[in-house]
Amino acid sequence: MTIAARPRHSIRFHSRSFHAMALAPEAPLADWLAELDAWLERSPDFFVGRPIVLDLSSNEWSESDVLGLTKDLGERKIQILGLEGADRSWLDPALPPLLTSGGRQESAPDRVIAALDNDDAAAGAPPPPPRPHSLLLDSPVRSGQYIEHLQGDVIVIGSVASGAEIVAGGSIHIYGTLRGRAIAGADDPRARIFCRKLEAELLAIDGLYMTADDMGPHLRGRSVQVWLDGDSVMVTAQD
Amino acid sequence: MAKVLVVTSGKGGVGKTTSTAALGAALAQGGKNVVLIDFDVGLRNLDLVMGAERRVVYDLINVVNGDAKLAQALIRDKRVPTLSLLPASQTRDKDALTDEGVSQVIEELKEKFDWIICDSPAGIERGATLAMRHADVAIVVTNPEVSSVRDSDRIIGLLDSKTVMAERGEQIEKHLLLTRYDAARAERGEMLNIEDVLEILSIPLLGIVPESEEVLRASNVGSPVTLANAASAPARAYFDAARRLNGETLDMTIPSDRKSLFGKLFGRRAA
Repeated sequence: MTIAARPRHSIRFHSRSFHAMALAPEAPLADWLAELDAWLERSPDFFVGRPIVLDLSSNEWSESDVLGLTKDLGERKIQILGLEGADRSWLDPALPPLLTSGGRQESAPDRVIAALDNDDAAAGAPPPPPRPHSLLLDSPVRSGQYIEHLQGDVIVIGSVASGAEIVAGGSIHIYGTLRGRAIAGADDPRARIFCRKLEAELLAIDGLYMTADDMGPHLRGRSVQVWLDGDSVMVTAQD
Repeated sequence: MAKVLVVTSGKGGVGKTTSTAALGAALAQGGKNVVLIDFDVGLRNLDLVMGAERRVVYDLINVVNGDAKLAQALIRDKRVPTLSLLPASQTRDKDALTDEGVSQVIEELKEKFDWIICDSPAGIERGATLAMRHADVAIVVTNPEVSSVRDSDRIIGLLDSKTVMAERGEQIEKHLLLTRYDAARAERGEMLNIEDVLEILSIPLLGIVPESEEVLRASNVGSPVTLANAASAPARAYFDAARRLNGETLDMTIPSDRKSLFGKLFGRRAA
């Protein structure tokens, strides 16, 4: 006997990742808020339009602490998109959403998204944790192009033009001349940048950057390796 | 088989309109049916350089809007019968151009002409992207100096992403035309030399047009430099470039205006 299938509405779930800035409050909150106010006085529009995530990993916060903090930040026109490192048991609806997959690359077990349909043939499958892989570009990167690959290394066979930008989660390898910007190790201080000829406008690893002015003139035009030593960007010639 | 060619650069004032007119005239003199389209709506110059500014009745916008037929808007050159011009509007602006309208005009032109040369405006906005949209071949006009080279690089990136060919996954044929080249200044290091430009842009070189006073003289009399003074150095460079566009392999030379000994002895007629 055949069972007539229920007509289904197609409600689709997609996986998305967005960029947000993570703000990490520290105890005691009153002092931290005072510092924040000082910052806002100097740069009043800094947080306007920026999605902000609260990084709660520095301390054992209580739910009411965080609720109060969210309100305080709201009064300062800082909108919180989500909470990172929060206690899973918090369920207050006034809290910003708890973010679990993504963020800092720590072990965050992925939660299964419950499907709307209660059949066994569930529509939602758990998003697989992203495997690191490289992005290979075999043509030159032209001025104005912006290449972003946060899941691993970026390899360019060719040159990167002035005015072009490469952002990689891992290392950046350029088999050509680097004339633009190379921003490596978004969140990984072990990443390195390699190029055959250094004419770069800006180099950065894990948020620490060096502009062309700061690069030693003896290194311009040479084959170099760039890496991070503590808080300093080190550039050494390879030839 | 008709070919759509776009002459573009990114940077303004490097020689797009001059080159469109000169190459168009050179190709037409070789027997091909050539039409030049001015895409610089609101700041049109191609009609001036072609000497047709007093004969413009209808323009590209009129044809796109359906106010006029293509045949009414096309202006035939008086000197070379196989060369025609479709001017731009001076009173409207780029927003009046639509993708479908331009596409239809180009399809109609493909039936009558061998070469359709689109003179792009400067910049990377709508006018420039529309001019390159339907092209099969692109000529990137560059001066051997840093701002022009960087802007040309940007335009090359756009040619690889905003054209119909790029959207189909094909590579549009790109050629570099180096204009206003001054060998003496390049030697003194004031201008980039040819190898530097080629290394940065990495596209094949179509020709090197030397800096010359002939270009301004030609545009003042409303004539492409290849018609006004065919023996001059820039004209010879454009003729060579046209031959390379037609598939010929020629050695790359930089024509010069230096007079031969004969020319020096018999340079000027006595009064």
